[in-house]
Parts: sequence; C-alpha cells; structure tokens
Amino acid sequence: MLELSINGIDVQVEEGSTILDAARFLGIDIPTLCHVEGLTPYGACRLCVVEINKGEQARLVSSCTYPAEHGLQVWTHTRRVVEARKMLIELLLAMCPSSKTVQDLASAHNVQKVRFKVDYSDCILCGLCVRMCNEQMDARAIGFINRGKDRRITTPFDVKSDICRTCGACMYICPACELRCQGPHPPGDVCGGCLNVEPVCLEEEEQKMCFMDPCGWCYKETGRRKTEKEK
Amino acid sequence: MLIHPIHRMARMIKTADVDKILQKHHNDKTALISILQDIQAKNRWLPQEILEYVSEKLKIPLIDVYSTVTFYKSFSLTPRGKHIVTVCLGTACHVRGSPKILDELKNQLDINVGETTPDENFTLQTVRCLGVCALGPLMTIDDEYYGQVTTKIIPSILKKYKKRVQESDS
Repeated sequence: MLELSINGIDVQVEEGSTILDAARFLGIDIPTLCHVEGLTPYGACRLCVVEINKGEQARLVSSCTYPAEHGLQVWTHTRRVVEARKMLIELLLAMCPSSKTVQDLASAHNVQKVRFKVDYSDCILCGLCVRMCNEQMDARAIGFINRGKDRRITTPFDVKSDICRTCGACMYICPACELRCQGPHPPGDVCGGCLNVEPVCLEEEEQKMCFMDPCGWCYKETGRRKTEKEK
Repeated sequence: MLIHPIHRMARMIKTADVDKILQKHHNDKTALISILQDIQAKNRWLPQEILEYVSEKLKIPLIDVYSTVTFYKSFSLTPRGKHIVTVCLGTACHVRGSPKILDELKNQLDINVGETTPDENFTLQTVRCLGVCALGPLMTIDDEYYGQVTTKIIPSILKKYKKRVQESDS
C-alpha cells in the first residue's frame, strides 16, 4: 500500500493506481473527458491536471496517467490548476463548440467566453474511439494519421475498412460527434444554458419535459418557457 | 489520395523483394520503420498494396503501418520521381528570390509542389531552410546543391538530369 496526501488528507491506495483513482476514492471531483473506465489512460484532454509537490518543485501533471507514489503531495483545486482547466475547456470549446459534453464542462467550470478563433471541427482528438476500437472491440480499424495540426482519426487510406464491423462503438463513446446541444444562440460558442440547472418546465408541466441532462435553454432568453397562449 | 492515372503504371516492388527485406529484419515488428525505409529505397515510394502486404506479414494492424507512414515526412504514399528537386523557401532565400525559382521550376516541369512529372523523372518539393543561406537562392537535386540559382540557368540544370536519366535507361 502507498500512502499519499491529497489536499492535505492522507489516503492509502494500492500500488499501481493513479492519482485520479486515489482522488476518486476520497470522493474528490476531478473533471475528465478522455478517461473512461475499461480503456487505458491516455492523458489527451489534460482536464484532470493536478498540482503535485509545493513551492518551487510544484508542477502540473495529468492525474489519470500519473502513478501514485509514496509520500506524494497532491493538490487538486489550487488556483493554478483551476486556471489551467478553464483554459483547456476554452481551447476545447474553440475546437468543438457543438459538443454537449464540452459545453457542460464549460458551464460546470464557469467558462463564459471563448477568446480563440472558433473552428467548428467535429473531433477533439481525445483518442477515445481509437482506444475503444482497439481495446474493447479488438478491431483496430481506426487510428491517428499525420501529425501536428494535420493529425486526425481515420481508417487506413481513408477508405472503408475491411476490419471495421460497423459496430458503432466509436460513435457511442465520442464526446464530440454527438447531437448538438441547442443553446440559446445555436451557432454561438458558449451556450451557458446549463448554468441554469433548475428545470422551469415543472412550473407549467406535471413532469420534466426535457431529458437533456441539465440544459434549460428553453427559458434562458424569455425567462420562462412560452405558454400556448403567448405563442 | 489522388494518383495520376499515368502513375498506375509506376513501377512496383515485387513481393519477393519485400520478403527479402522482411527476412533481413527477421520479420521483426519493431523494425517497421527500417523495413519501410528499405522498401522505399528500392521502390522510391510506398504503394498501398505493399503496405497491406507488410502489415499482413508482420501481423501489425494496417492502421498502425498507415499512421507510421503518414507521421514521417520522408515516407511517400504517392509515386516519386527519379530525381527530387528541392527549393529552399527559407527567409534568406525568399528575400533573394526563391519564389521566382520555384515558379520557373513549376513551369518547366509543369507540376505543382509535391507532385511528380508524368514521366516519373522529377518530384518537386520545398523546404524551409537548408542552412546555406549565404548561397541563396538555393535548390538541391538529390544530394547536389545549386547555389545562387537564376531562372536562366534552370533549364540547363534540368537538362543535365534528363540526360542522366536517358543514359541510365539505355
């Protein structure tokens, strides 16, 4: 067993576990995007950054890939960490504003604007689909090609792969190519609708009408949903 | 990827030769890059069929071979000419007029950057800096450097290489 401290709380974890495992064991919420149980940690989205050590030796590491060490000091929500996460979310938003997962993260971390040039791409290169295809489906039909700014995910030679069984697991796991979340300004960068978590449709309806996990864009502009008479 | 119809005739390494190269590396998966380099040295480029064959023989998923090939710039998935013409577009060469040299080469060879002439003699490519800025504008053909190139001397340089191709063919 290894003993480390997270935010000043001592915790014992088994050898081979990561900082993220230890933090989750303590119930500390660390946001993740490219981390899914059952797939090998990849450290692509960097949202799980935490600060280790203190003073001059302090540095940011991705908790999903950093193995827990004996006597390690971890800080999960320092100012540096929170700022880094906000910046990362802003960059992800600039890359793929139509992703509901990213928009939800933006709301949860109070990211209000995107200062970068927005590029409506449909991939954030998190590698989830590649790992899913490779590890869970055992197909290895898709992968990364090129490098740098041209890096993208595709099948060999950009043609339909013979190995692909069209199981759809890649689309199931993808956080970017899902249906667009309809924010108050549909083509905008940050919808922020999810900041309003209380569904007001309950005021008029017997039950919640919308099952898009906290969304509530329907009352963001007018203050409340338009009734039949007003329409 | 678009391959010019005429390139479909492009010479293709025989599978027996690929087998030889694979044997040289003991069919080792980890030697993929060396194997691909050897194939390219023999064939000048990497055809899709050959990559499929290599992936099958080494028992590597085809996508892994494909991502390796696309990751490195030295591998080419399109036919390459017998001579590689490289024009330096670094700052110093640019100031000294390398865009004009490039345009002249494009005209002379009738191809764009990254393309190969239909007779498979020349491939035109650009580079950011060759580190010989004092000699700019600079171009290289294969391993030979040509400094202070002017648009006037380009035809004579190309002629030299065309002659060499003819000699080696006959």
